[in-house]
Amino acid sequence: MITLLPRRTGASRLLLALAIPLALAALFPTLYLALRAAQVPPNEAAAYLMRSGTLRVIGRSVLLVSTVSLAAAAIGIPAAWLTVRTDLRARRLWTIVLTVPLVIPSYVGALALVSAFGQRGFVQGWLAPLGVARIPSIYGFWGAWLSITLLSYPYVFLSVRAGLKGLDPALEEASRTLGRPAWETFRRVTVPQLAPAIMAGVLLVALYTLSDFGAVAIMQYNVFTRAIYLRLSLDLETAALLSMVLIALSIAILALANATERRGSYYAQRSARAPRRVTLGRWQWVAQAFVALIALGALIAPLGVLGYWLVNGLQQGETLRDVLIPLQRSIRAAALAALACGVLALPFVVLQVRYPSRLSQMLARSVYLGYALPGVVVALAFVFIGARVLGALKTWFGMTDYRSLGLLIAAYIVRFIPQALGPARAGLLQVNPHLEESALTLGRSRPRVFWSITLPLMRPGLVAGVALVFLTVMKELPVTLLLAPSGYTTLATRIWSASSESFYARAAAPALVLVLISALSLVYILDDDD
Amino acid sequence: MTESFALTCHDLSKSFGPVRAVESVSFRLESGRFLALLGPSGCGKTTVLRMIAGLERPDSGVIELAGRVVSDVRTAIPPDQRRVGLVFQDYALFPHLTVAENIGYGLARGADRPARVAALLDLVGLDGYEARYPRELSGGQQQRVALARALAPQPDLILLDEPFSNLDVALRTQVREDVQRIIRAAGVSAVLVTHDQDEAMSLADCIAVMFAGRIHQIGAPRALYEAPISRQVAQFLGDANLIPGTARGEVAETALGDIVLREVAHGPVEVLLRPEALELRSDGTGAQGHIQRTVYHGSHQSVWVTLTGGTPLKALAPADVEWRAGEQVRVRARGAARAYPV
Repeated sequence: MITLLPRRTGASRLLLALAIPLALAALFPTLYLALRAAQVPPNEAAAYLMRSGTLRVIGRSVLLVSTVSLAAAAIGIPAAWLTVRTDLRARRLWTIVLTVPLVIPSYVGALALVSAFGQRGFVQGWLAPLGVARIPSIYGFWGAWLSITLLSYPYVFLSVRAGLKGLDPALEEASRTLGRPAWETFRRVTVPQLAPAIMAGVLLVALYTLSDFGAVAIMQYNVFTRAIYLRLSLDLETAALLSMVLIALSIAILALANATERRGSYYAQRSARAPRRVTLGRWQWVAQAFVALIALGALIAPLGVLGYWLVNGLQQGETLRDVLIPLQRSIRAAALAALACGVLALPFVVLQVRYPSRLSQMLARSVYLGYALPGVVVALAFVFIGARVLGALKTWFGMTDYRSLGLLIAAYIVRFIPQALGPARAGLLQVNPHLEESALTLGRSRPRVFWSITLPLMRPGLVAGVALVFLTVMKELPVTLLLAPSGYTTLATRIWSASSESFYARAAAPALVLVLISALSLVYILDDDD
Repeated sequence: MTESFALTCHDLSKSFGPVRAVESVSFRLESGRFLALLGPSGCGKTTVLRMIAGLERPDSGVIELAGRVVSDVRTAIPPDQRRVGLVFQDYALFPHLTVAENIGYGLARGADRPARVAALLDLVGLDGYEARYPRELSGGQQQRVALARALAPQPDLILLDEPFSNLDVALRTQVREDVQRIIRAAGVSAVLVTHDQDEAMSLADCIAVMFAGRIHQIGAPRALYEAPISRQVAQFLGDANLIPGTARGEVAETALGDIVLREVAHGPVEVLLRPEALELRSDGTGAQGHIQRTVYHGSHQSVWVTLTGGTPLKALAPADVEWRAGEQVRVRARGAARAYPV
């Protein structure tokens, strides 16, 4: 049974004392922005939201989210089916290749696209002698749509793959023995069971698209995140107002995703047998062409473009040494944030798993809110508090700038701690509570039991969570852009500034380094059994 | 005189929300003795065990270990200070530690730790296994490591929670004998929680039968089997024929004829007759009936009989006579029986 408060013991009180401040910190951006938005008189707020400019922002966001979701499904579902259920040649290689784009930061993907097809891109240069005066502009909707689709379809791909693998082949076989032909079996048995997996993947894509800042900013497509960013320097109150609408949309998508995940859990059992694979036969080449085309667009072409600019830059006298300092800074900030998330996650996870109560559930939910908060929104809240509170300190202590490494790390923690909580929680759930109870009856005190039994056994989950935070922070753009101390250039902000000034040759090296490091997170994304 | 008792539970109660898991449980265990808490799953027996270990706090009642109050209204000694060993159903061996490290976990760091670990490995017959990890051991070996680990800090009392239910039936009897030998050799008092009456009777000096959070009867295995306090206890401890009849003082009139009663009774009753108390013959005296079905066990056979009046019975017969379904049979009861008023 679930009680309101955890069992009252010394241990649970200590855990609560550690967890409550973190939960409050996680709630802070939303609450603070709500407070600021509420300061706008209701009639003015309504008027602002109804202005044609605002409505266009909302319209563009909805258009981008829905078209990217559709396109990602159109790529991800067939690719998943081909790699799981057919005799597609080199399935294992294709699975990896088709998953990798997931770790390319959206601004890097957009940069590759712009630096090839943009005004100062090389394609224009190549086509000019052929009499093509001007290729159609890549900026705006099409550029944003293309770059986000090509980076986010792996969410659908991986989710549908997992769904297909979880299907019990006996169900399809039963349908066939009941006289239903292959196609009808697929339509009436396979697809309905797969629907939750498809939905889950598509909703992740929608959330990604809605919260993305890098690609839409580089493509100059004015959706929510970019509009908030642009308003930041003009008018904080209306930026807060826009943020509230964005948060509401994100939470709605997240809630929908959670609901489908729960409903879909009935298929999430590993089947004992592998299903029979469909023989592609003459269609083998069509299938190969399909996956190759995706790989070309999502991975090979972007890397090729970056490689081109890297060589181009080296010839013009750029040096790789310029990457070292931003790399060091990225690693330092990411490591600090990841370690902090690991440590802060512990009391939370122990409370949630070992002392379940309505309060600990509420605390967990408030921290998981970070998932629904786009980086721009978190950054905005911290800019507010930085300008206000630290602005006051500035006058007393002579600080010239509220931006600081501490504030940056704090914002990273609020934004990314859910990524550490998930794997850490899974790690602790695998630790049989009888082990801890045995250790207690053998005469060890609770803290010593935690150090000698609980922590070593949950370590794989905890390490995975910390690694995930580290890799995500390395790629983070909007929070870094707005909160990093001035002059504290990281890989992400270096790519950003170089690409916004069209110095593509300067952006190529840090972009490639970032993609290389991010590729490490594939270890945690790809399943080991295939 | 409390010092001669390893464990005293007085009026223990515990609720989980609206569910009253344990209600007013009291019993005492003499030092060096083996007590079984026997009952169906969900009867609260494991909760009693966890309260003794200090893993659950009783709502009310007193627990004394070796004369020391460890739990009452004011006191709640934490589990690490109770000197109680606990063996879980799933053994709960630490997967990241070797056999020797598991056994040594509860021992203070010191020069005598390796010797003590070696002595316990010897006691449980696992010499040479010290560097293995739990996953490399069979179920029976894991069981013995769990026992050695619990015995290592020389606890005053050892608690066993369904320790044999994860083992194959074939292995169970052997492991049961090993555990009994090891616990006797260690000279430690023990409490076993089980739902298996065979296990309880073969291991324990004393059995407490629990239903729905309450202890219904405590006694030696023989006393419980032969004179259960209620029909419920009778049916839980082995097979029971409960035959309706009318008591007239020292005998009861039933479909099996007059049956001698252990205690004087009057009026309508049900008489308890164990299957082995029924004797089957093809002719002669006794109540008439016919064979329903038989199951052959090698050393003996189970025979289901319906008396002419319609009363069903189960009998345990020697294996030498072969009974067939449909055959006519005469049934007689041996010895004195217990009667329960209806």
